[in-house]
Amino acid sequence: MAIWLDENSRVVVQGITGSEGAKHTKRMLAAGTNVVAGVNARKVGQQVEGVPVFGSVTDAIAQTGANVSVIFVPPKFTKDAAIEAIDAAIPLAVVITEGVPVHDTTEFFAYSQSKGTTRIIGPNCPGIASPGVSNAGIIPADITPGGRIGLVSKSGTLTYQMMYELREFGFSTCVGIGGDPVIGTTHIDALDAFQADPGTDAIVMIGEIGGDAEERAAAHIEAHVTKPVVGYVAGFTAPEGKTMGHAGAIVSGSSGTAQAKKEALEKAGVRVGKTPSETARLMADIMRSL
Amino acid sequence: MDLFEYQAKKLFAEHGVPVPTGKTATTPEEARAIATELGGKVVVKAQVKTGGRGKAGGVKVADGPDDAFAKASAILGMDIKGHTVHSVLVEEASNIAEEYYASFLLDRANRTFLAMASREGGMEIEEVAATKPEALARILIDPLTGVDAAKAREIAIAAKLPEAALDGATELLAKLWTVFVKSDATLVEVNPLILTGDGRVVALDGKVSLDENAGFRHPEHEAFVDVSAVDPLEQKAKEKGLNYVKLTGEVGIIGNGAGLVMSTLDVVTYAGEEFGGKRPANFLDIGGGASAEVMANGLSIILGDPSVKSVFVNIFGGITSCDAVANGIIQALKIVGDVTTPLVVRLDGNNAEEGRRILAEANLPVVKPVDTMDGAAKLAAELAAAAA
Repeated sequence: MAIWLDENSRVVVQGITGSEGAKHTKRMLAAGTNVVAGVNARKVGQQVEGVPVFGSVTDAIAQTGANVSVIFVPPKFTKDAAIEAIDAAIPLAVVITEGVPVHDTTEFFAYSQSKGTTRIIGPNCPGIASPGVSNAGIIPADITPGGRIGLVSKSGTLTYQMMYELREFGFSTCVGIGGDPVIGTTHIDALDAFQADPGTDAIVMIGEIGGDAEERAAAHIEAHVTKPVVGYVAGFTAPEGKTMGHAGAIVSGSSGTAQAKKEALEKAGVRVGKTPSETARLMADIMRSL
Repeated sequence: MDLFEYQAKKLFAEHGVPVPTGKTATTPEEARAIATELGGKVVVKAQVKTGGRGKAGGVKVADGPDDAFAKASAILGMDIKGHTVHSVLVEEASNIAEEYYASFLLDRANRTFLAMASREGGMEIEEVAATKPEALARILIDPLTGVDAAKAREIAIAAKLPEAALDGATELLAKLWTVFVKSDATLVEVNPLILTGDGRVVALDGKVSLDENAGFRHPEHEAFVDVSAVDPLEQKAKEKGLNYVKLTGEVGIIGNGAGLVMSTLDVVTYAGEEFGGKRPANFLDIGGGASAEVMANGLSIILGDPSVKSVFVNIFGGITSCDAVANGIIQALKIVGDVTTPLVVRLDGNNAEEGRRILAEANLPVVKPVDTMDGAAKLAAELAAAAA
């Protein structure tokens, strides 16, 4: 079992004819993902890695039954691509693109909320992988086999690191939610889905400085999550006022610090590791005790 | 990117938000000339990107040109919370009847936009929020519909602005929203927003933060960059398309992925505690690819920082496998040439063993491979301490 992405997922790639889109289509196919369609209005009828290209997401859905979109288009076209996916009422749209203006994201997220039919993951995220089953995005497929740990993270490489450290147990689903100030799927959404997923026994949650998403997730865990959760927060030593790579990763004044996030999580009963490897050890202990 | 007050007001004026007439000066002579041109009383305001200027003595009223010269002499060069004053804004003095507060901002928690407004202006808004929360109106803005005249009026009324200010404030708020949207701002704040003695509503101050991700559709924002404040290494990194932030320590850091690099900073700081408080010298994310060229660019920037005594290269091979990264490091060292600073390298993930084998075989004296992130951080801190 898994969340949001499983053996029934049929993937359409928006931006399939671009270099990133084509490269990752090949990788997703190699990982066993059922990539059924690509979209580029100017290249209808072509094929990329054997995948047919359609003129719109709506066409792709009608012709192939696609139910997950992965968006690789450049930042200036991302809003339009996301709105196209939402208009086609695709259940899941994964926005990989980095550098999307936050006004655009806020607008297409609000649009998705108003329609109520599309879950957005990202932007600026590595995507979602249910190891051994399906892979929508750029998460390397061969780090870990399937298993019963769920993972939700703002950061890409920290996700991979955690998957690698816990590969002896394996993962049900790993969700990279992205490091932007506004994202479509939050830690809380993933925590709820993992809590409800019979294929997930325990959850790793990786956060980083900026905003208060981790604090809100902590409150949510306290009230709604009974499965064991282990946490990690990056950026304890980040100075105030400097953006650390991700547009959302900035400490402003007393808000957004890693220390505050760690304290909130621990208060909710989440064991928080000081380093990625300590976090992995905490989770390994839990998995062995289950 | 945060703007100076004078830059914020320039944006305001371009979109029809009323602001006092004024110009910036970098010398007392210029301040005198501007005051002569404006005539009458003027206000001389320090241009620094921090709050509390007034309390620090960075905002002064001057009676005329000679007084403006004197006030500018006192303010220019002043230090306000670590910010040196390089320029002053000289403006016509306003006849202030009342002071209010208004802003539009990105509300991360609610993933939408937010308007805040209050009849209590002039002081720190955090203070109003803490001591008189009922005096601060907060109104969520639907990004799909934005702020029209009716919404602007709703905000002004919610802020309990007096009847005399309602029309002016409504008009100003609608224009301020245009600034927010058209400039791709994450914050536009007016504090104080004033009602003048003759009944006009004017933005007496301005604070704007712009979204750098939207830079591609705002070539005009380039002009707002404060070149005097940009660290030369940060500037060089930006030109190479690298994400670099200068920090204060001795251990140079290169990694792939923002989260992993932030985590590396933490792990190095913890490890450095054992070695007299050695700390990271920088944040540098070279991204997922980690090719030889990118690695060489990163290394040359880090080694250009004289405070760097050791370097920690922390790579998780995901899409790029570790053998490619190892070859990239070897080539990068050739490209940069003459590297004597020790390079602690931790490769993990995809094809890590092959990557480590390649590094071992190359047998480069400056390269110190370590298998784990914690172990590598410790060695990097130790080497930095030994070199000091």
